[in-house]
Amino acid sequence: MYFVRRILFAVPLLLVISLLAFMLVKAMPGGPFDRERAHASPEVERNLRAAYHLDEPGWKQYLRYLGLLWERSPDGSLHHVSGGLLNGDFGKSTKYRNHTVNDIIAQGLPVSLLLGAVAFGFAMGLGLPIGFWTAAKRGRWEDYIGSFFTILVVCIPAFVIAPMLILGFALKWRLLPVGLWETPWHVILPSAGLGMMFVGKIARIFREGMLQAAQSEFVTAARAKGLSEYALLLRHAVRIGVLPVVSYAGPMLADLLTGSFVIESIFQIPGIGVFLVNSSLNLDAPLIVGLALLYAMLLIVLNLAVDFAYTLLDPRVKYE
Amino acid sequence: MSDARPHLSPAQQAWRRFRRHRPAIVSAWFLATLLLLVLLWPVCLRVLGTHFAGLHSPNQLSDAQFSPPNAAHWFGTDLHGRDVFSRVLYGARISLLVGVVGALVSLVIGVLWGAIAGYTGGRTDAVMMRFVDVLYSLPTIIFVIVLLTTLGQVIKHSHWVQSSPALEGNLRVVLLFVGLGAVSWLTMARIVRGQVLSLRTRPFVEASRALGAKPHWILARHIIPNIFGIAITYLALTMPAIILYESFLSYLGLGVQPPMASWGTLVAEGVTQINPIRIYWWLIAFPGAVLVSTLLALNFLGDGLRDAWDVKNRP
Amino acid sequence: MDFPKRAPKFFSRARFLFVLLGCLFLSACRQAEPRADLTILNGGEPESLDPAVIVAQVDMRIIQGLFEGLTRFDPKTARAIPGLAERWDISPDGKTYTFHLRTNLVWSTGGPITADDVVYSWIRTLDPATASDYSSQLYYVKNGEAFNNGAVKDPSQVGVRALDRFTVEVELNHPTSFFLDICAMPLTYVVPRQAIEKYGDRWLMVKPLPVSGPYELVYWRLNDKVRLKKNSRYWDAANTQSDIIDLLPVGAADAALNLYETGQADIVWDAQLVPSELLDVLLKRPDFHTFNYLGTYFIRFNVTKKPLDDVRVRKAFALAIDKARLVKKITKGGERPASHLVPDGVANYHPPEGLGYDPVQARQLLAEAGYPGGNGFPHVEYLFNAPAGGIKIHENVAIELQQMWHDELGVQIDLRQVEAKNFWGMQSRGEYQISRSSWIGDYNDANTFLGMFTSNDGNNRTGWKRPAYDELIQRANEQTDVNERDQIFQKAETMLVREDPPIVPLYFYSGINYFDTNRISGIYPNILDMHPLQAIRKVGRGTRGGAAESRSSNQSRMTTLDPRPSTLDH
Repeated sequence: MYFVRRILFAVPLLLVISLLAFMLVKAMPGGPFDRERAHASPEVERNLRAAYHLDEPGWKQYLRYLGLLWERSPDGSLHHVSGGLLNGDFGKSTKYRNHTVNDIIAQGLPVSLLLGAVAFGFAMGLGLPIGFWTAAKRGRWEDYIGSFFTILVVCIPAFVIAPMLILGFALKWRLLPVGLWETPWHVILPSAGLGMMFVGKIARIFREGMLQAAQSEFVTAARAKGLSEYALLLRHAVRIGVLPVVSYAGPMLADLLTGSFVIESIFQIPGIGVFLVNSSLNLDAPLIVGLALLYAMLLIVLNLAVDFAYTLLDPRVKYE
Repeated sequence: MSDARPHLSPAQQAWRRFRRHRPAIVSAWFLATLLLLVLLWPVCLRVLGTHFAGLHSPNQLSDAQFSPPNAAHWFGTDLHGRDVFSRVLYGARISLLVGVVGALVSLVIGVLWGAIAGYTGGRTDAVMMRFVDVLYSLPTIIFVIVLLTTLGQVIKHSHWVQSSPALEGNLRVVLLFVGLGAVSWLTMARIVRGQVLSLRTRPFVEASRALGAKPHWILARHIIPNIFGIAITYLALTMPAIILYESFLSYLGLGVQPPMASWGTLVAEGVTQINPIRIYWWLIAFPGAVLVSTLLALNFLGDGLRDAWDVKNRP
Repeated sequence: MDFPKRAPKFFSRARFLFVLLGCLFLSACRQAEPRADLTILNGGEPESLDPAVIVAQVDMRIIQGLFEGLTRFDPKTARAIPGLAERWDISPDGKTYTFHLRTNLVWSTGGPITADDVVYSWIRTLDPATASDYSSQLYYVKNGEAFNNGAVKDPSQVGVRALDRFTVEVELNHPTSFFLDICAMPLTYVVPRQAIEKYGDRWLMVKPLPVSGPYELVYWRLNDKVRLKKNSRYWDAANTQSDIIDLLPVGAADAALNLYETGQADIVWDAQLVPSELLDVLLKRPDFHTFNYLGTYFIRFNVTKKPLDDVRVRKAFALAIDKARLVKKITKGGERPASHLVPDGVANYHPPEGLGYDPVQARQLLAEAGYPGGNGFPHVEYLFNAPAGGIKIHENVAIELQQMWHDELGVQIDLRQVEAKNFWGMQSRGEYQISRSSWIGDYNDANTFLGMFTSNDGNNRTGWKRPAYDELIQRANEQTDVNERDQIFQKAETMLVREDPPIVPLYFYSGINYFDTNRISGIYPNILDMHPLQAIRKVGRGTRGGAAESRSSNQSRMTTLDPRPSTLDH
């Protein structure tokens, strides 16, 4: 019941997000067609803006974007303006003049999804074991070494790690390609670069969660029963210790799946991460709102999955 | 449940436990030294500037481009012949301020928001977390650009700036701190709420409620101390994230205005040295090393604090 | 460290995830497609491939392969040579051009290309509804400006008409010596009426796209690549050197260099794609080629704002800049310091000398203007734009300028960096005091630079209005005698850069291409950085089909610029 309600809430939520994103874009100074070369004439500028309906008042532009605009045609009758969000049309990009936002997302999303998924696997696959290990060996030198390395990767920005990976694996040792997106080999370095920082984060959060769980009552009870330390940790504490990781994994996956500007521009990958930043800098309103909605939808789905996972993992958690 | 020993207060016990955590102590010393150096350096320059060869202002251009570390320039010079050592120390001021202020803002808002949402449950929880979802769904970069540009215009036209234009640069930097903090509290809120959801059903909380304790008392005395550990750890993870986001903004050209330096701008400049042709290593090695060491130290310090405050700590 | 033997549930789940991802990996394999003959790094994603609408050079380089105009650019000299038109007649008064089209022109999808198509394309560019930003280049045509402004609604009034199936007649307002160059620019390219009328805005997404140029569009993947394939129906297809060309929209200089170094790219042609810190090392390599480029980097003053309305202040600022030091220390690409706006090497023009480097006189002028030693100088900002993740050249120049003005004049100016769209908006609205600027010429003539600063030109953006200047420019453009024109332009430019300067030219751009001359032929350095795609060829891998003929016809075209004879097989 709770989950059904959450799904129903998603629709007005998305509407609110589209409105907020739209308003934010309109608040920014400058226009999407300002550039180094001036327009040929004021008439040309007027026509350009009219073609994208930028000369209309804000509320009208928003309604048109949603697909809820009725206009009076020259013969006096009221007709519904076609297109709009409710018809699945995200609008035309102001920067890429021959592409619609649908085109852009359809081309770039599968790439970013794959990149993000592999990076997620990398982050979890390395982060969880390391976190577990440092928690199990808490206080000893293994803990310090492990913690040192996990914190280290969190402290290095992606735009430093990526060139270093390229310099090492692609240029010096010629093991992997230096960029572009053509064969499975091209996926390795970008995902590693993208996921590296999250390895550290996951490990830290998992470690902390495990340490907390190891002190809870039922673990103490199990210890009193005489279970060995590892079995204890694995069978009982992990289910609780992994909760903060699960909480974190939701937003993290959403971030990963929408690609990363830094990784995609350094490796020249045709995903949508580049568009996320560039559209904001280009004031490309339909693309910005489209990407914001996409990200929002992903996040809603993932948050629901996180909450569902909570009920599976911790039976004490109940939702009203 | 109480851990009060006969003659030591909880704070004194915490301090004792903290002292036993070696990396935290080392980190604390490192940070203290750094802070001292950062604060004293401008004074040093003003007083002793002309007497010693090694002391340069961070914005002083020279013709000694790209010189490796030597007696005159301890960390070498950059494209404009500016002294990298001085720039690193001046950059530390900005970056540390960004980290501290931003993290504090994110901590306060995030913990309060998440705890209240998680504890109250029901409709309030739903509304509060939906709000978090909405804010989360907006690409941060847009939010940051809007904040910086529109409020930047407001600042420009405010009467403070009209009277003393030099203030504008500083106000813009403050805007950066607050803006970064304002976009970072969301994940903290989510995690705290998750934890509180678990804690809420615990027996001791139920007992408290049965005894008639008001929600805010329960929150303050039972829930929040129990999430302190997670909150501190996440804080220790947020400060580097904020400082790193600042460097990402500098990479995009949206961070501090040139010629001001921050670790972010220094690292973003230095990163172009990671190429197969020629590496002026001092441009990335020194700013990078100082940045990473500081962030490491902050993390270990956070660890030590968490261990110290953890009420059920194993001896 | 020892893990227990039995793996917990979610570790096995994680392993399952890995396996799943492994399968996804394999599905990431692209369908095997033929490798391109040439891979070119083009520098940025094109905004559009519609010739009427584009403004950026990145777009132009691709469009040049897809469509063609009445004339086209010679790969070596960058002057106009016959394109779709095989010859033309110019009337004695220089105002009427009669173009004779080739009779064998067809679209790549079939159907003839006729004079009506030419007229259609030109009218479309001038049509205000198309909102073409380059349409001002056709204002030289009679009623072109009026039609574009909406003053004239009937397209048949515009001075371009089809006399018969293969003849186009163009009437100009006054003799324009560079008009044939304009006929080689994308805004005049012939576009397929049949596709545009049927599909409207989405005509470029039609597959197959009807094209009039040497290449067809195979696909256009955003941020990935544009693939072109030889158009066998092009009138000069026999001379198209490469079959398949990939153009990659790489924006980052480091990525470009890496791709080139590992052999994934053959040519890199965009000065922005060279990492500027490595320029001094890279320029010593034989595969890095620099050439004089038709572009200038300069500073604009907003002459409507105090204290920059005083010409002595502006001159003082100009004289205090050591441009030689700038290019030596900061830009390092072999740029030449500029004292005048129009770059050296422009056809038929000898630019006058502007203001040089004279700090003594600068200080004197500043004192005369009322700010001796910089005392009492009001707060002034230098505005520049922040390229996202790109080369920080503007910032570097700004820092040096700030220092120079401080050291020489005692004036402390502030730097202000804003993101690109905001920057151009502010510049066009005059919301700045000093700002950085640059201009790339559209065609090889002085007017492309000097015409900007007439009083009502949208590209002026300084608030500088001088009727005497406007008059000089107008007279020069009406002049048929080349030497007279030269003189008049010189007078105008002297006003612009010496007597009453609203701008300070800093340096002339240096174009940089990198490719291995032993392996690539057909690229010749020219001032417009225009390299027609059909002329480029990778030596050592023959073109498919018709290799023998193209080899022999190619040899007659090659000149001393490529000293090696074409050896197609190792």
